[in-house]
Amino acid sequence: MGVETKIEPTTIPRMPRGVRLKHDETRDEWLLLAPERVVKPNPSAIEILKRCDGKANVSEIVQALAEQFSADPALIERDVRALLNELAAKRMLDL
Amino acid sequence: MNKPVTDHAPQSSTKIGAPLGLLAELTHRCPLACPYCSNPLDLEKVADELDTAVWKRVFSEAAALGVLQVHLSGGEPLARRDLVELVVHCASLGLYTNLITSGIGLTRERLNALSEAGLDHVQLSIQDAEAASADRIAGYEGAFARKQAVAAWVIEAGLPLTVNAVIHHANIIRAGRMVELAVALGARRVEIAHTQYYGWGLVNREALMPGKAEAEAAIAEVEALRKHYAGTIVIDHVIPDYHARYPKACMGGWARRTLNVTPSGKVLPCHAAETIPGLTFLTVRDASLADIWFNSPAFNAFRGTDWMPEPCRSCDRKEIDFGGCRCQALALTGDASRADPVCVNAPDHEKVVAVARFRDEGKDETPYVYRQMK
Ligand code: SF4
Ligand code: SF4
Repeated sequence: MGVETKIEPTTIPRMPRGVRLKHDETRDEWLLLAPERVVKPNPSAIEILKRCDGKANVSEIVQALAEQFSADPALIERDVRALLNELAAKRMLDL
Repeated sequence: MNKPVTDHAPQSSTKIGAPLGLLAELTHRCPLACPYCSNPLDLEKVADELDTAVWKRVFSEAAALGVLQVHLSGGEPLARRDLVELVVHCASLGLYTNLITSGIGLTRERLNALSEAGLDHVQLSIQDAEAASADRIAGYEGAFARKQAVAAWVIEAGLPLTVNAVIHHANIIRAGRMVELAVALGARRVEIAHTQYYGWGLVNREALMPGKAEAEAAIAEVEALRKHYAGTIVIDHVIPDYHARYPKACMGGWARRTLNVTPSGKVLPCHAAETIPGLTFLTVRDASLADIWFNSPAFNAFRGTDWMPEPCRSCDRKEIDFGGCRCQALALTGDASRADPVCVNAPDHEKVVAVARFRDEGKDETPYVYRQMK
């Protein structure tokens, strides 16, 4: 079993039950809560994770972020794929 | 219960941050009798347990203080009749709830009620990968079979499952098989936690201590499985610190990330802290959680690095492991403020070496002292 799950443009990343992105009022920051884990995602990861709503697919997420930040979709896609792979390996996202 | 795996999270070491996690020991009642149990020898009685209203207030105070995750533990938290009500309350506060259970006493109906109440995660203990041995360790006939059923209900309810296995002499040759069992049960995460010697675990240290060679083989086996199962199951591996070079950053540092509340309401930085003489621990009736966390002398006693003696004081690892575990320093040297003797640079390291040799010196088949209420 490999770490790299094949990510297609139509893949819909989903946060499984037991994993949530939460804005923590005490610390005024976004945190990813998972089993026995509290992770502080970096700013671009936060924007990507906010869009992992279980409905949008990878190409829609990339497109939306490219528009939001007026950025090159190819660069955004690279970041999105890297994050999805990393979190899928940690079982914090299902692909 | 076994000592929890510490949260991994960023936090500055200079100012006192808010705690991330609260370990709620709802009760010390438990149907099992695990000899490695890290609960205190003096188990708290049912009559002294906090009632539902007080626990709810504790959770509200915790959320206000900045706690994000609540670990509902014990003993066996299922022994509390108000468990569903407590989960509902935590969920209403936005707290992430983790049920740490042996599974004994659970029914499918109750699990579904907990799930509907908003429970976020279930951590189920197993004692071994083989039924007869598992039941002998748990001191409970049929426990192993029961746990398989419980795991299936957890998956069926759509809840994420972690399997927790505490490793020691009697099951260490099956450490890898326990990972495989966790995969077969549908767990997304498994904790392979070598025994830490607190509470009943300390009493049973001779019986539980593995030999050096078997410990090394088990560690290598589990590390190999980590790669094999990447993307299938996350392996959290707590290695046996008596056989390590440096101590663990116990609880991520004293009073730095988590706090414990005992069944009767005592607030502790870790659940063995009560063994340390000279510290006075307040209860949730004496003061608010925030007041205890920030201001109580016991919480500040070993916070940060200022309290450290040498060799820790001038060591470049002092912000990594915080001088190790205070309770272990106490247990092995009689002084909680010394460097954890697990450390190769600690003046008392010889004491750990002597204990770690138990097994290899052929001190075999020491009988268990099973966990029980007085
Ligand atoms: S006896 Fe076993 S199941 Fe019960 S609290 Fe202790 S470690 Fe957990
Ligand atoms: S000397 Fe102290 S701080 Fe340094 S590694 Fe050993 S226990 Fe940790």
